[in-house]
Amino acid sequence: MELLLNLGLGFETALTPVNIVYCFIGVLLGTLIGVLPGIGPTATIAMLLPITLALSPVTSLIMLAGIYYGAQYGGSTTAILVNLPGESSSAVTAIDGYQMARQGQAGPALAAAALGSFFAGTVATLILAVLAPPLTGLALKFGPAEYFSLMFLGLITSVALAHGSVVKALAMVVLGLLLGLVGTDIYTGTPRFTFDFIELADGINFVAVAVGVFGIAEILRNLENEHDRDVTVKHVSNLMPTRHDLRKIAGPVMRGTVLGSLLGVLPGGGHILASFAAYTMEKRISKTPERFGKGAIEGVAAPESANNAGAQTSFIPMLTLGIPSNPVMALMIGAMIIQGITPGPNVVTDEAALFWGLIVSMWIGNLLLVVLNLPLIGLWVRLLKVPYFILFPAILAFSAIGIYSINSNAFDLFAVAVFGVLGYALVKCECEPAPLLLGFVLGPMLEEHLRRAMIISRGDPTVFFTRPLSLALLIIAAAVLILVLMPNVAKKREQVFVEED
Amino acid sequence: MNANSKDLSAGLLFIAIAALFAFQTRDLDMGTPLRLGPGAFPLLLAGVLALLGLIIVLQAFRNPVTHSMTIPWRGIVLIVLAPIVFGLTVRGLGLVASIALVVLISAYASRRMHLKLATLLTIGLTLFCVLVFSIGLGLPLRLVGSWLRGLG
Repeated sequence: MELLLNLGLGFETALTPVNIVYCFIGVLLGTLIGVLPGIGPTATIAMLLPITLALSPVTSLIMLAGIYYGAQYGGSTTAILVNLPGESSSAVTAIDGYQMARQGQAGPALAAAALGSFFAGTVATLILAVLAPPLTGLALKFGPAEYFSLMFLGLITSVALAHGSVVKALAMVVLGLLLGLVGTDIYTGTPRFTFDFIELADGINFVAVAVGVFGIAEILRNLENEHDRDVTVKHVSNLMPTRHDLRKIAGPVMRGTVLGSLLGVLPGGGHILASFAAYTMEKRISKTPERFGKGAIEGVAAPESANNAGAQTSFIPMLTLGIPSNPVMALMIGAMIIQGITPGPNVVTDEAALFWGLIVSMWIGNLLLVVLNLPLIGLWVRLLKVPYFILFPAILAFSAIGIYSINSNAFDLFAVAVFGVLGYALVKCECEPAPLLLGFVLGPMLEEHLRRAMIISRGDPTVFFTRPLSLALLIIAAAVLILVLMPNVAKKREQVFVEED
Repeated sequence: MNANSKDLSAGLLFIAIAALFAFQTRDLDMGTPLRLGPGAFPLLLAGVLALLGLIIVLQAFRNPVTHSMTIPWRGIVLIVLAPIVFGLTVRGLGLVASIALVVLISAYASRRMHLKLATLLTIGLTLFCVLVFSIGLGLPLRLVGSWLRGLG
């Protein structure tokens, strides 16, 4: 009953004209950047975050969330039509989706992706609505030691899910943590690592880091070899799936949704893993596994459902604990803080309208995506041909304005330049930026909880191992780390990510 | 001695950054186990980062591959210059001229840029930015800055 009341509040908030409009703008922008090459949701949200300051907290979060899951839809469109996954989570979709498109089956493939995503989005939103309140209750029992261990687990999982070398990903996390500590120490007021810049007293600007390592570095990578994308699919027909298709995708969609919802909650970016896991599972249980890779509709429906479900449930740790599970969630937390909301278990009670409005808006956004995107496919196909040299000056102009308007501070723009170069250098050395950004956000929180835990335990570091919940989280973290470092798992992991590339 | 150039540079970069942070903690109080000082956690992290960097360097020698890297120098210089120029001029020149400079500079990062296209892009994007950000969203940015005011 309470759930209905809460959802009622959510609909009341989400269905105001302003919020519907910004939800629409969000999903449209999201689809756009999902389709366009060379710019992902992380960089876009970082760029637009300062601009949303003019909006109310609910509206701005609704729009930013829309960009995030809208990008998942857009990414799968390009994966199917041109074999170029716009987002890493739709990489698996490209395997069978593109084959279907080549066989003239682009319509059914796109429809399967969209309907699967919508179904998954609906179920996952419900899961979020049902699970979030009891989880915040659990979160209130968390002490500093538990928070520390949970964040530690999140960082380790992000390492496990990063591309390439585990040691490099670990180093990126630690580097991120260190960069996060720049600024005034909260306990003593001592300035740390500020190199006598007053601008660094409040720490390095988070948005500048995000735009630098994701936006600028990505532009530089794309400039290495510029080429046009050839779009072979001109017309897309048969967008309405046949009854036969529907029967075929029902099972995969259902299984993908369950798997995606579970993996999405994992701290550290589970939704990317979700699409791959769903694909592998479908291939394994299929009676005709040889069809996979040659245009099996199940191979499109399952991973698309899984990644959309995962994208929704990845909001759970952010909304209940205030802990981001991926860089986009880290930006959402940044947006909340800038708006004056303290992320954490209190949000559900203190900001009930925001909490439920955001959840309901995600369902509305998913509905908008299905209704709008299928008819707009022609437009997206045309957009694919936009040459890159028109795009990146626009990206740079928008991010310059966005970053400057946070603090009206030129220093933040210099920080963008520095982090752009650092990010590009690291990418060239095959170090992935996502763990760095996660570490950057969690750095101050991790240190605060470590110091608080030490004070409460009277200087006894074993506190992390004697409290059962904290111990359990650390054991899981250790298990994950040992697992990815084991030689045969490491080899398999490499193959997985090679296929994804 | 041969080494994997990507691993080697990554490892050395990490070690250098770790050393920089560790060096900076020398003036910071380490505190006691009960009350950790501002320097304790950063020093621990710097130590871990240096260790990881060292492992990456050692791995580089186990698997010697030399990569030929194409580095888009022109792109790097221009793309990095764009936000710096914006930061330096947005107050003085104002939004219109400053954003036009950003677009113009960054456009030439592409080797396929030519004058006509760059002009069109600059005019179009500047107009778009002013309309959307200044007029549409009402961001408090001066369109014409203080340096240009004396001229008019």
